[in-house]
Formats: sequence, C-alpha cells, structure tokens
Amino acid sequence: MLPQVLFLYFAFAIVALSLAVITRKNPVHSVIFMLVLFFHIAALYLTLNAEFLAAIQIIVYAGAILVLFLFVVLMLNLKEEVTEHRYISLWAVGVLLSIAISAIFLMTLSSIPLGAKGVFSPDVIASETHTVALGKLLYTEFLYPFEIASVILLVAIVGAVVLAKKRLKS
Amino acid sequence: MLIMPGGYVPIDYLPVLIFMVIASAFGLGALLVGSIFRPRRPYPEKLMPYESGNPPVGEPRYRFSIKFYIIAMLFVVFDVETVFLYPWAVVFDKIGLYAFVEMMIFIAILLVGYVYAWKKEAFKWD
Repeated sequence: MLPQVLFLYFAFAIVALSLAVITRKNPVHSVIFMLVLFFHIAALYLTLNAEFLAAIQIIVYAGAILVLFLFVVLMLNLKEEVTEHRYISLWAVGVLLSIAISAIFLMTLSSIPLGAKGVFSPDVIASETHTVALGKLLYTEFLYPFEIASVILLVAIVGAVVLAKKRLKS
Repeated sequence: MLIMPGGYVPIDYLPVLIFMVIASAFGLGALLVGSIFRPRRPYPEKLMPYESGNPPVGEPRYRFSIKFYIIAMLFVVFDVETVFLYPWAVVFDKIGLYAFVEMMIFIAILLVGYVYAWKKEAFKWD
C-alpha cells in the first residue's frame, strides 16, 4: 500500500509541478518550480531503489543545469514576455497534437515487451547497493560508452567557449 | 497496460525527508508568524524598493553578461565529470588497475577541453 501511495503522490506532484513550470508568467518562478520538480523526481528514483540516480538528479540537475537555466533566463532579459499573453489562439491544434502524442506514448507503452528478468533484481540491488552495481557495469562492460561520454563533454566545453567567446569580441 | 514500480519504500531516507520538512516548515513558519504579528501600516515610501535610502534608478531587470553562461556551462561539464568519479571510487578496489587507467583516459580527454578553455581565456572575467 505505502509504495503505491508514494508513487501516486510523486507522479501527481511531478505532473502538477511540470504544469506550474510551463504556466508561470515569470520565468524565474518557473525555474523555482523546476527545482522542486527535480527534488520530486529524485525522490521517485529513491522509490525505485536507484540512489545513485537520485544523487545525480540533485547534483547535476538541481545543482548545475538549473543554474544554467537561471543564467539563460537572466541573459535573455525577458521583459515583454512576462506581461504578454503567451498562448496562441490555435488551441484546437494544440489539443489535437497533444492527443496524438499521448496516443503514440500509450501505444508504445502497451507494446513494450517485458522480457525475462535480468540479473539485477530489487533484492540484488538492495544487497549490493545501486552505486556499486552501476559502477561495476559501467567501468567494465560499458567502458566504451563511458569514454565516449568524455568526448561528448569535451564537445560541450569547446562549443560553450566558441559560442560565448565569439560573442564577446564583437 | 500500466507499469507500476516495485514495492520498495526508501526507509533509509526518512531522516532526509524529516530534515526537508523541518527546513521548509522553519522557513515558511518564520514568514507566516511574521505576517501574523507585524503591524501593517503601508505608505508609498515604505513600499518603495530599498536602495540604500536613495530613490531607485533605472530598470530592475537588465541583461546579464554572457560570461555567466560560459561559467555555468563549464560548471555543468565538470560537474558531470565529477559524477562519474563517485561510482568509480566506490568500485575502484574491485576492479583495480584497469579502472585506474580508464579513468585516467577519461580525465585526460576532458583535460584537453580544460586546457582549451584556459588558453581561450574562458576563466578570465574581463
């Protein structure tokens, strides 16, 4: 009973907070709601016994990416958008599109084959702890994707420096 | 078909929840108690934004420099790099030298980006 209650609370809170993020007129308020949203997602990971993902959600998303969002909001200097009416009058198109996307999601969800149970059952994860289980796999079997991640991060560094430094010169 | 999660309650994190509840209650409670007990006698000068006693000048919102963006972006990248170090440190004694070498390669690749950003003076403020 309690796991279901926890899941339902976090599921509804996440949907409500996501709606709050996109409906606030002040973008800084949106960012604050997103912070609360990230904490709820982290807690949802905890209910799945994925403590490392929960820690990452706080460290990377709430800690770093949200700061990036905030800086972008402050950089764009949204003066007009705050007071302007943002939603276009073509709401029928929006409803149609969202129904179509929901249909695709539901169809995909119902056609996912739930294959045979893997090695990492909840009991194994609980006894071994999530971080150890993840580390063992990541640094042996998934070594190649792990090294590719460093190259992707390198691209992000170079991209940020090229974009921002170019803007400074002009 | 709905996919419900397994029946797992993260009971070990109950102290974290209690801590967050107390922290939020403390912050919200302070504001609430203040709003209940303080006298409410507003007048235009009191409602004015406080700028060291001077009348406020200019717009409250202004465009932030792009320099903040590059700092935030570099922070995200090196934050993600650090995140990879946590599970590595946890399983290091189980994998050994192999893990050490692969992490050195990982850091070396990112060090290229660090040196690039340094040489491009991305860390200089002006």
